[in-house]
Amino acid sequence: MSRKPFVREVSKTGWYFKHPRYLRYMSREVTCVFIGAFALLLLCAVERLSEGQAAYESFLAALQGPWSVAGLLVVLVFAIHNATSWFNVTPKALPVQIGEEFLPGKFIVIAHYAVWILATLLILYFAGVR
Amino acid sequence: MNERLVQLEVLRYNPETDTEPHFQRYEVTCKEEWVVLDALNAVKESIDPTLNYRWSCHMAVCGSCGMMVNGEPKLSCHAFLRDYPGVIRVEPLANFPIERDLVTVADDFIDKLKRVKPYLIPAKPKAIEEGEYKQTPAQLMKYRQFSMCINCMLCYAACPEYALQPKFIGPAAITLAHRYNLDSRDGGRDERQEVVATNEGVWECSFVGACSEVCPKAVDPAGALQQVKVASTLDWFKEHLLPGGSK
Repeated sequence: MSRKPFVREVSKTGWYFKHPRYLRYMSREVTCVFIGAFALLLLCAVERLSEGQAAYESFLAALQGPWSVAGLLVVLVFAIHNATSWFNVTPKALPVQIGEEFLPGKFIVIAHYAVWILATLLILYFAGVR
Repeated sequence: MNERLVQLEVLRYNPETDTEPHFQRYEVTCKEEWVVLDALNAVKESIDPTLNYRWSCHMAVCGSCGMMVNGEPKLSCHAFLRDYPGVIRVEPLANFPIERDLVTVADDFIDKLKRVKPYLIPAKPKAIEEGEYKQTPAQLMKYRQFSMCINCMLCYAACPEYALQPKFIGPAAITLAHRYNLDSRDGGRDERQEVVATNEGVWECSFVGACSEVCPKAVDPAGALQQVKVASTLDWFKEHLLPGGSK
């Protein structure tokens, strides 16, 4: 008997609309664009800082315009989505075995949030926010 | 016992007569507690004996009856009709070529499974007189979850990376490699890494996590693959940053 297996075509684009879990994945992956854009902004900040106080202050003033604030808020939303979605899957990558049992994943997730809050407070402290 | 007239839309493909698959609708009286596989068996017994599909144990152990049920990879013996109120669309497992009707060609998966050497490779040969390989319960628990894989291939059907890059070794095979790597009786990790820690191996995975969501045995292949990535990255650091550069 002759064999003639049929291969179904897979859409190279658009496959992520086929199931909510793929869209969820893409929403996590797309955050990298915004995180990358913010990293470039930080590089610009360093560059302006190297040009002197006046240059840096005009850069900071430009960031306080309504469009800049709106853009930064969008970046913040994506950055939080990036951080939380990765925190929530960390127990899969870093299971902690104690004797015959595994530490429940929620403790590993909570530890990440705790370190995040601590780091944020430290940065705010050193930034002079009291 | 309640009965229900179930409408099934089954993807049919006959390689001898068809150029492409087509859907065929069946109406069959089913009992409320039946699963999709029971409905298919009822169709085959009373309506259409030419319908082809694989199954064996009917208890989610053999891993033979994987199919797409309403677009979701499922063991058809584990997909209860009561969870599917409308017309039930049954297709062969996605991402595999269709051999005939609901039967897919599994050769690619079997080949990949062989390549990762999913069996114990003792570090040192041991004579029978020396006794058995002993293992503590804690050593067993380290890999036990990953040993629950039944090779049903649902994870491959759910994985968009495998769909886009068929060379990807894939979730189940890498998970089984990891299962043996974690086994205290095993010494074969270096051999498996040659296949697993490559671009077509674990680095093709971008952690969609679909494999773990559809796994009927809660094996969590996505977890296994991320653990393999962590271990492979540590290998790289040990090789390139530590004095001596040995693993």
